[in-house]
Amino acid sequence: MMTLPIRFDTWLSGKNWQLHPHQLAMLEASSEPAQLLIAPTGAGKTLAGFLPSLIELEDDHGNELHTLYISPLKALAADIKRNLTGPVDELGLPIKIEDRTGDTSSHVKRRQRSAPPDILLTTPESLALLISYEDAPRIFANLKRVVVDEIHALSESKRGDQLMLALSRVQAIAPSLRRIGLSATVDDPAAIASFLSPEPNSCAVHFADPGTTPNIRMLAPLEDLPWAGAGGRYAIAQVLDEVRKHKITLIFHNTRAQAEIFFHALWLQNEDALPIAIHHGSLDQKQRRKVEQAMVDGQLRAVVCTGSLDLGIDWGDVDLVIQIGAPKNVKRLVQRIGRANHQYNAPSKAIIVPANRFETVECIAALEAVRENDLDGDPKGAGPLDVLCQHILLSACSGAFDPDQLYNEVRSAGPYQSVSRTDFDACLGFCTNGGYTLRKYDRWQRLLRRPDGKYVLRDPRSAHRIRLNVGTIQDTDTLKVRLQRRRGGKPLGEIEEGFAATLTPGDTFLIGGQVVRFESLREVTVEVSRRSDKQPKIATFMGTKFATSTVLCDRILNRFEKKDWRGLPLDTIDWLELQDRLSTLPKPGSLLIETFPRQGRHHLCIYGFIGRNAQQTLGLLISKQLEQRGLAPLGFVATDYATLIWGLEEVHDPKPLFLLEDLENGLEEWFAENALMKRSFRAVATISGLIERNLPGQRKSGRQATFSSDIIYDTLRKFEPDHLMMRITRSEAMSGLVDFSRIRQMLSQIGGRIEHQRLKRLSPLSAPLFLEAGRVPVEGQAIERMVAEEAALLMREAGLEI
Amino acid sequence: MTGYHFTLAGADLVALGSGSLFWPEKKLLCVSDMHLGKSDRLMRRGGPLLPPYEVKETLYRLEADIMLSDAQTVICLGDSFDDLDAEVSLCEDELSLLTRLQAGRRWIWIEGNHDPGPLSIGGTHLQNLSIQPLTFRHIPIAAASGEVAGHFHPKVQMSLRGRPFAKPCFLVDGDRLILPAFGTYTGGLKSQSLELTGLMRPEALAILTGKQARPIPMPR
Repeated sequence: MMTLPIRFDTWLSGKNWQLHPHQLAMLEASSEPAQLLIAPTGAGKTLAGFLPSLIELEDDHGNELHTLYISPLKALAADIKRNLTGPVDELGLPIKIEDRTGDTSSHVKRRQRSAPPDILLTTPESLALLISYEDAPRIFANLKRVVVDEIHALSESKRGDQLMLALSRVQAIAPSLRRIGLSATVDDPAAIASFLSPEPNSCAVHFADPGTTPNIRMLAPLEDLPWAGAGGRYAIAQVLDEVRKHKITLIFHNTRAQAEIFFHALWLQNEDALPIAIHHGSLDQKQRRKVEQAMVDGQLRAVVCTGSLDLGIDWGDVDLVIQIGAPKNVKRLVQRIGRANHQYNAPSKAIIVPANRFETVECIAALEAVRENDLDGDPKGAGPLDVLCQHILLSACSGAFDPDQLYNEVRSAGPYQSVSRTDFDACLGFCTNGGYTLRKYDRWQRLLRRPDGKYVLRDPRSAHRIRLNVGTIQDTDTLKVRLQRRRGGKPLGEIEEGFAATLTPGDTFLIGGQVVRFESLREVTVEVSRRSDKQPKIATFMGTKFATSTVLCDRILNRFEKKDWRGLPLDTIDWLELQDRLSTLPKPGSLLIETFPRQGRHHLCIYGFIGRNAQQTLGLLISKQLEQRGLAPLGFVATDYATLIWGLEEVHDPKPLFLLEDLENGLEEWFAENALMKRSFRAVATISGLIERNLPGQRKSGRQATFSSDIIYDTLRKFEPDHLMMRITRSEAMSGLVDFSRIRQMLSQIGGRIEHQRLKRLSPLSAPLFLEAGRVPVEGQAIERMVAEEAALLMREAGLEI
Repeated sequence: MTGYHFTLAGADLVALGSGSLFWPEKKLLCVSDMHLGKSDRLMRRGGPLLPPYEVKETLYRLEADIMLSDAQTVICLGDSFDDLDAEVSLCEDELSLLTRLQAGRRWIWIEGNHDPGPLSIGGTHLQNLSIQPLTFRHIPIAAASGEVAGHFHPKVQMSLRGRPFAKPCFLVDGDRLILPAFGTYTGGLKSQSLELTGLMRPEALAILTGKQARPIPMPR
């Protein structure tokens, strides 16, 4: 039990502030081993998290690290520093607060290790690095508290798993460490509590008043909505109108490419030259900092942005949030809405702009879900083993370790509570020699078991390389983009290597809101020149593509079943009614399949409503089945709701294609050739240290890295399919990019009920699929047939006979 | 035997989709450029890392062709090993697999630029071999005729209704046949490159490997 010292009381009353009930509750429980606060934006989370530390530091002030603050974003760490320094100065406390992220200079980092501040603000990756140093026990010896911010976001990713492993190490060094987690509203607080807690059932959960319901609506479009696409450019005039009416508007997009295209189009129509900027993850860091500062200074009227502004940074007086495109996920939508109006208990204001006709249905479903506080969440599985491998290697970097002791430590991390000794030993074995197949390779002989049973690095110099590979974020390989003949000038941003490889000199693309012309690729830099006159060719750096959540998909299907058209624009209603007349609407509890001919090809459309990733996987698995049956599929395309497959033959009876057992077998075979699996493998292999992201003094090009991880994958699959890396890759395939679990769930829900509509021509609902980008070709007999035709043609042309 | 049937200097030959050549009259199977031990050599030299099992992979495919064709003679047309040390570094099961393939067959190693010199593994080692009307040698000689050679790892690269398409291939004209590389991690040389267009006559065919061997006019 902690009471508020007089100094704090005076400070609060001087400001005419009063502590919120949840802030008081957390103060009272401040000696608990772990506490979790669930609160909406603006509810004084930061103060609640730091108050116990500030009070302890009032009289217990030494030259030691007292509190560690972890946030998922570097920018957030910097922001907290700003927000914390104010009160600390006003209170007259002699507390040293510093941040330590990838952007911190190396001499500051060194100094922080020898003379740590009282409060260190950092990221999971920087913490993982800190525990890998030999002096980690000294740095953390007297650590009292750790505050994990935005823990709901961290708990969904491998970054969170890594963080909890690092904290288990820190807790072993400083056993009296107390943890505080700060979270936005979530569907399952207990899951986050057990994620944070160092031992089962030891985490107190506090809830802040959820605040007022947000004022949120869908944009009523002035013109007919487009059939497909995700850019929302048709709404630019209306968006500009709203920007004019508000102080600062955040315009959220789901991908970076869409943000770029929209921003470009916005400026073409921005006749009043309203100050509008762009902010996303592929922009150069300096440019992002500039935009952030301009927001704080109130120089901007709007920012076009992506997930890079999702998390809780206070960027000035935002009073409107516009979400372009269906939100895909209710939780994220709620957080984005929370960006508007950071005043607690004032409703935030938000507008959703559907990008196409179908998305109006999803937007309405999302609005309803927000109102009913029906948040989506997928139960998170146990901590992944690739992250554990990395943790073992990092532990070895800091010194010799005892495997039994490390195993016990690991199990004190929430996500690894139930990791078996067998799995732990498999990871240890992998770290020691790379596993059976790879053990004859010198490079993977990394650990050595000493006679006393402890493990050490075989070559202490390898610590450097291991540290370079720290982290679980999988950046696609990117290249810096610079203006030509200004080698020293600031880079405009970064594009994916794969995208750069498709460019030929003269191509134009968008970056940072300007159209540039590709000139040349010089080593690792893309050189461009400015082009203001032309429409850009493309901007396909991807960013993250989210899949629509189960909550939203179910809500849409339920509306279809009840023909509940409330809130939908008239043209959408007409379109859905037409679908119902000409074919039928998809419904919960059965699977709608349409088949129809078009332009000499036979089409099969599957309305699974299981999200983009799972629909994509379904496309691959079903085309495999078609291939086996000699129906010569040529390709497919997937959206969040449906998959369209086309081929040379008609499918007369789709029912036998959807047997779970066949699809599961297909999945196993499909491990062989699928690019998605290889990508998952590559991520797993990088995190666990099988392949290296960047070597000192040598940059591996993205293509080379792909080549080697792809062939390691092929080899392991053929000759050692049970290798640890393959096991991890397989288990990841159930969620994430492959998302097979949603296919399984759908099949069990429909229980064999398949509604097959044989149509003479395409249906209204399938029409937009023909406009979707991202068609996937199928390599198979259809190609074989096309090669045969082509060969015959060439031979005849040459006057030869086969 | 399914494959593409053609005649070279009066001999009836079959190009198999796997990349090997079969001569039914002599029950003779010929493969070129296996580059066994390539991943090992690159590793020894600190080059890019190829995974192990590449040797087995190649030998399994050779085994399949031998069984299918019931060949009595096998000619390995040079660069069978990536270098002379590669032969030494074959592991036990790889050696026993190779020995099993050799048992009861005439086995000829033609020497290549990667593996010049005698081998300790069984089989006859020759610089080149004439079996009328054909001559088997690793690097083709411009003036020769009735020649079966390898060395270049030819491949076809073309566009298939807009889709890029590449496949290892045989090249054949009235004088000679060039075999594709049979090895697992062996790159290829485009049929359009000067070395190949200079060597092959204008009417040459490229026979694509794959499920089915298919001839097309050699892309130049």
